[in-house]
Amino acid sequence: MNRRLKMILILTLFASVSGGILSLVYLFSSPLIEANLLEERNKSIFEVVPAAKEYEEKILDDITYFECKDESGTIVGIALPTQGNGYQGIIKLMVGLTPDLDRIMGIKVLEQVETPGLGGRISEEGFQAQFRDIATKPAVEYVKNQEPEKDTEIKAITGATISSRSVVAIINKNIQRLGDVIQ
Amino acid sequence: MPNMDGTNKVGAFGEFIKGFWKENPILVMLLGMCPTLAVTTSAINGLTMGLAVLFVLTGSSLIVSVVRNIVPKQVRIPTFIVIIATFVTMVDLFLKAFLLDLSKALGPFIPLIVVNCIILGRAEAFASKNTVWRSLLDAIGVSLGFTVTLVFLGGIREILGMKTFFGKSVLGEGFDPWVIMLLPPGAFITLGFMLGAKNLIDRKMKEKKKE
Repeated sequence: MNRRLKMILILTLFASVSGGILSLVYLFSSPLIEANLLEERNKSIFEVVPAAKEYEEKILDDITYFECKDESGTIVGIALPTQGNGYQGIIKLMVGLTPDLDRIMGIKVLEQVETPGLGGRISEEGFQAQFRDIATKPAVEYVKNQEPEKDTEIKAITGATISSRSVVAIINKNIQRLGDVIQ
Repeated sequence: MPNMDGTNKVGAFGEFIKGFWKENPILVMLLGMCPTLAVTTSAINGLTMGLAVLFVLTGSSLIVSVVRNIVPKQVRIPTFIVIIATFVTMVDLFLKAFLLDLSKALGPFIPLIVVNCIILGRAEAFASKNTVWRSLLDAIGVSLGFTVTLVFLGGIREILGMKTFFGKSVLGEGFDPWVIMLLPPGAFITLGFMLGAKNLIDRKMKEKKKE
């Protein structure tokens, strides 16, 4: 057989078999993976709204959010699942807000594919903790190479400005959207 | 040691056991250093990575050996990579579906197994040139040697850095953990000591043989 033809055929064969096998594996594993991600997301609601004891899913105008209540049924906060573009891909994060949407109680990055060691550090406790008890109006902002001064400021990760900036942008945009439909 | 006809003189057991000491992938071949240093922050992480590599190396060496005569030489490397990447993706999806916490702990280093030099190295240097049975033994031996070394390294770093071993508390109250052990410098230092120790033991054994 022509050598060139053989090379093409063999490579095509291996790639096709590989693709077929992986499609099957993906078929069986993706429901489980989805279930895991959903569980992570639900757990994060209690992390971003610490006072919450239970939550109720609400959908208004295409926006899903979770109304969080304590034992007595009083609304203690709102957990807003958000997503948007990061530096390398989609970033999904859960934002915990006060019922009047004026302050952030906490955030939790759920999914991201940013650069490990740089942008990936948005998943670290150190970065996320900055968002505890900051103001949302007029907008959350980030500062570089200095400590945050205003009530709305957080410090971007050194060397990961775009990822940090993306998180802030996603938060602002989604709080804005929620505010438009709730109020 | 090769015979005149190119086949290996080492018997089946030798093929298997060499991965543990004489041809230990980390301590002798110095391959796969990046994941070695990065994931051994605890014994369980080291064990998980080792078992993932066991699956990938065994699977790919097996397939590479089976098809070694039908793959044209010029496209062998891309073919090996496709085979290896298939196994790695299976491991990645498996961990994400069944062992999410370990998947998150090991992070990008699971997909990076594709470029772990040990895997491609054994495929090219051994599996593509030996029988299926020998390739299987080689792969399992080297993987287990890798795993044992990772657990050892991870164990030392976990015990000294967090005072736990596989999550269980050890060492008691009087010892202040050396947090540096959990960071890159600790990895390099511990690995350095392990390399030195192996070489020392080898030298002592050689001296004993001479007597």
